[in-house]
Amino acid sequence: MITKDYIIHAPEGIHARPAAALVRLTRQFKAEVHLRKGEKTARLNSLLNLLSIGAKGGDTISLLIEGEDEGGAAEALDRFFTELKE
Amino acid sequence: MTQFQLQGIGVAPGIAIGRAQLIRRWEVTATGVLLADEESVRREVEQYQNAVSKSIEELEVLMDGQPAAMAEMLGVQIVILEDPQWEDDVLGRIVEDKKNAGDAVLEVMRKWMRQFREMEGEYFQEKDTDMEDIGRRMLKNLGRGEVTDDLLQDFDVILVAADLNPSDLISRDSSRVVGFATRAGGAMSHVAIVARSRGLAAVAGCGIELEPVADGDWLVLDGESGVVLVNPGPAVIEQYREKRKEQLAVSRSLRQIRDKAALTTDGTAIGLLANIGSIEDMEQALEQGAQGVGLLRTELLFMHSNSLPTEDEQFIFYKNILVRAAGRPVTIRTLDIGGDKALPYLPLPKEENPSLGYRAIRISLDRPDLFLTQVKAILRASALGLCRILLPMISSVEEVLRAKELIDEARKELVGRQLAFDPRIAVGIMIEVPAAALIADQLAEEVDFFSIGTNDLCQYTLAVDRMNEKIKALYDPFHPGLLRLIRYVIFEAQGHCIPVGMCGEMAGDPEATLLLLGMGLEEFSMNAVSIPVIKNIILHNSMEKARAVCDDLMGKGISGPL
Repeated sequence: MITKDYIIHAPEGIHARPAAALVRLTRQFKAEVHLRKGEKTARLNSLLNLLSIGAKGGDTISLLIEGEDEGGAAEALDRFFTELKE
Repeated sequence: MTQFQLQGIGVAPGIAIGRAQLIRRWEVTATGVLLADEESVRREVEQYQNAVSKSIEELEVLMDGQPAAMAEMLGVQIVILEDPQWEDDVLGRIVEDKKNAGDAVLEVMRKWMRQFREMEGEYFQEKDTDMEDIGRRMLKNLGRGEVTDDLLQDFDVILVAADLNPSDLISRDSSRVVGFATRAGGAMSHVAIVARSRGLAAVAGCGIELEPVADGDWLVLDGESGVVLVNPGPAVIEQYREKRKEQLAVSRSLRQIRDKAALTTDGTAIGLLANIGSIEDMEQALEQGAQGVGLLRTELLFMHSNSLPTEDEQFIFYKNILVRAAGRPVTIRTLDIGGDKALPYLPLPKEENPSLGYRAIRISLDRPDLFLTQVKAILRASALGLCRILLPMISSVEEVLRAKELIDEARKELVGRQLAFDPRIAVGIMIEVPAAALIADQLAEEVDFFSIGTNDLCQYTLAVDRMNEKIKALYDPFHPGLLRLIRYVIFEAQGHCIPVGMCGEMAGDPEATLLLLGMGLEEFSMNAVSIPVIKNIILHNSMEKARAVCDDLMGKGISGPL
C-alpha cells in the first residue's frame, strides 16, 4: 500500500469539476484509492463520497492506494495534485 | 385578481409581459410498502436501473446544444447517477430493507440533501439543489410524482418559482417562455445565467411577496429595475408593450450599425474591441463587430485544466483565437491569478488580503517557469496572427524591466529551437494600480501600450471593495480622483506616442463614453454585447462635443494633466 499526504490549496476546496476528474482518473486503475481527511475516509470511485468529505483550502488529506497497479496510480494521482505539495 | 407591485433584483435586462405559470415542487411521501418476496425485489432493482438509464438519457438530451456552463451542471448530475455510492445506498434499501424503489430513492435523495446542507461552505450547501433535482427526476421515472406541467398554450408565459434548478430551466425552454421571476436567487443564480444567455428578462430575489401570484395572473417584469407588476390592468400593460417595442427597435438598429466603422461625426476613428476568455467569446465578438480583442483573459484556460497547461496546449489555444481573429489584433494578458482566483493545482498561500497580495505579475516574476511557458506559447502564436502581450498588475518600472528580460529569454530560446515568432511583438501593461498611473510617464518609456483596467484601479484608488454590500455605493467610477488618474494616464501615453486603451467595465458604460473620448482615449475594450451601444454613441457625436463634456465634468479651472 502507498500512502501520501497532500495539502489542498484552492480556497474553495475540491469542488465538482476537479472532483469529477479525480474520480475518473482513479477509475482507470485497478488499485483501490481512499482519501482520508481527519476521521473521514472516502473511496475515490465516488463523487458523492469525495464531495461529502468537504475538503477545503488548507486541509491536509491523505491518499491510501492499494492494488497491483498502485505504483502507476500513485504517480498519476501525484501528477494530478501537481505542485500542491511543494 | 389582486393587483400589486413588488420589487426584486433585476438580473437579466428587458421587459417581459405574460401570464404567470407557477412551478411547484410536489410533495413526495414514502408509501411504506415493503416488498414481499425475492421476485418483487428483483423487479424493483430492475425498475431502478431502468429509471437510472432513462434519467441519464433525458439529461443527455437536455445537455445537447446547451452553453458550456449549463451542460456542465447537468453533466455533474450524470456522474452522480452513475455513482457507486448512490447505487449502493439505493440497492441496499431495496435488497436488504425490502423497500420499494421509489421509497429507496426518496430516502437516499433526502440523506444526501441533508448531508450537503449540513456541510460548511456555500459551495457544498448548494449541491443539495442538485441532489433534489436528480432525486425528483428519478422519482418521476419510477412513476412517482407528477409529470412536468404543460405550458399554457395560448399565452406568453413567465415562469414563477421559489427557485429554478437547471432541469426546470432547460426542459421548459420554449418560445412561449418570455421571462422568469423567482423568490430566491441573485445575479449569479442559474436563472440569471440562463435568462441572459437567451436574451430573456428575469427578476430574482422577489422574496415572500411573490407568494400571492397565481397561475394565469398577468405579469409585467422589468429585468433592469427589478420591478414586477402583478395584474396591472390593460392600460399599463399597453404602456409596457410600447416600451418593449421601443427597446426591440433600438436593439434592431444597433444590429444594423454593426459593420460600420466607429467614426465620430468629425471623423476620428475609435477602436472598439472585445474582452474575451474563450474561442466562443471570440465568435460573439466578431458577431458584434469587434475590431479585435483588447483583452484575452487566459485564466479560463488555466482553470479548465487539471494541471498547468503545457506550452503546446497554450499555443494551440492562442493560435485558434488568432486564426479566428483573421488579422485583427489580439491582446493576450498573461496569467492574472491570485488569492481570490486560485488554481486547484497551483499552491498559493492563504492570504489576509488577496487583492493586495501575491497575484498576477507578482506570481509571474516569482515563478519565471510559469511565465516563460506562457510567453513562449504567445510568441509562437504571434507567428500566425497579430498579437500583443499585456502584463497585469504592474506597479513599478522594475517589474516591467524584469518581465521584458524574461520575454527576451523566451525569444532566445525560441530562436535556439528554430521556431517562428513576431520579433516586434508589442508588450504593454495594465494600468490598474494607482502608483502605476502616477508614474505613467516613466512606464510609457518602457512599454508599447497601456490598457487601463478601471475595475481594480477604482477599487484601489477609492479603497472600496465593490463586492462588499455595505459599501458598494462608494464604488464610484466617476469619482473625480479616479477620473484625474485616468486623464493623466491618457495624457502621458499621448505625450509618449503610445496607444492607450481601456478594458475595465467603464469602457462599456455608455455614460462614460463621451467623457473618455474627450480625454483622448483611443481604444475601448468591453464585453462584446456592449459594442453596438458604444458605437452608436460614437457615430452620433463629435470629438468637439466630447471635449466639451470632458472639460465640463473635469472642471475648467484645473490646469495641467492632474
